[in-house]
Amino acid sequence: MNCIIVDDEETARLIIEKLASKNALVNIKEKFTNAIQAIKYLNQNQVDLIFLDIHMPEFNGFDFIRTLKSPPKIILTTSDRNFAIEAFEYKCIIDYLVKPVTQERFNKAIDKAQSISIPNHHLKNPENDLFVNIDRRLTKIDIPSIYLIEAKGDYISIKTAKKNYIVHSTLKKIEKKLPADTFLRIHRSYIINVKSIIDIEDNSVLIEKDIVPVSRNKRPELLKYLNLL
Amino acid sequence: MKEQPNLSYIHQLSGRDPVFEEKLISIIKKEFPEEKARYFKHLEEKNYKLTAEDVHKLKHKISILGLEASYYLAENYENELLENELSKKNEFEEVLQSMQNFIDELK
Repeated sequence: MNCIIVDDEETARLIIEKLASKNALVNIKEKFTNAIQAIKYLNQNQVDLIFLDIHMPEFNGFDFIRTLKSPPKIILTTSDRNFAIEAFEYKCIIDYLVKPVTQERFNKAIDKAQSISIPNHHLKNPENDLFVNIDRRLTKIDIPSIYLIEAKGDYISIKTAKKNYIVHSTLKKIEKKLPADTFLRIHRSYIINVKSIIDIEDNSVLIEKDIVPVSRNKRPELLKYLNLL
Repeated sequence: MKEQPNLSYIHQLSGRDPVFEEKLISIIKKEFPEEKARYFKHLEEKNYKLTAEDVHKLKHKISILGLEASYYLAENYENELLENELSKKNEFEEVLQSMQNFIDELK
């Protein structure tokens, strides 16, 4: 298997290289100190397997995977003994190795990589996902779970039943990313998920627990969305 | 008795290959002070999120030097820093010092 290593720590790269040298199935083609370099390489070259560190500055391992259209098999390398739940969302991640990695554990992961084939689409349901940049991380939000988006100066507040997200963006930008059959801008400061409406009064809608104003000029458009008796 | 840094993992990994061991130790000697310096810088700046990331990075060196209990201490400290808590700071920094002393003595 042709492999690359992506890890900002030189010690970690050397250790993986050493472990790989003792496994006949592995051929390390290149090593990269950051994800950007690796992406450039992968644009020109095909590999069978990537050893990928999760915790890297600026652009972490998960950000890296999301940029790959057709990712190869990936073995995560991490200092987290509690495996990141997020990793289960990617079919291309076939195993994870907790640092410091032993030869025995490394060989097991390689055997697994050898025996598993991965489907082409690595994300469960990408059309339902929206990725937003929060604190230098790309965080996934399930679009149908969004019920309200509110403009707050240079930021927007994205509200879901479970959590609110504050994102540096504009309503205009996010509006383009949302399905037009479900989301409607009813006011210059609000986009709502029409399916989450509970009640409508003259100039406002009740959506979950929020009362949201409706602009006079948006009201006819809103009514068109509704299945009125 | 406090645990002491050791080379068990490095010996196991290298199969007692002195050339590899020398290379790995020289990289650790270079990287460890840099990682430590980043930790103290971010701590001084009271940027506890970045300090937690530095502690996370240092955990690898802690485990390479066979410090099992200190690894868990670092893990707890990392989580604590994310809550802006510093109760394990001194204990963690003692571990760093003990690692530095050990590394300094390695040839």
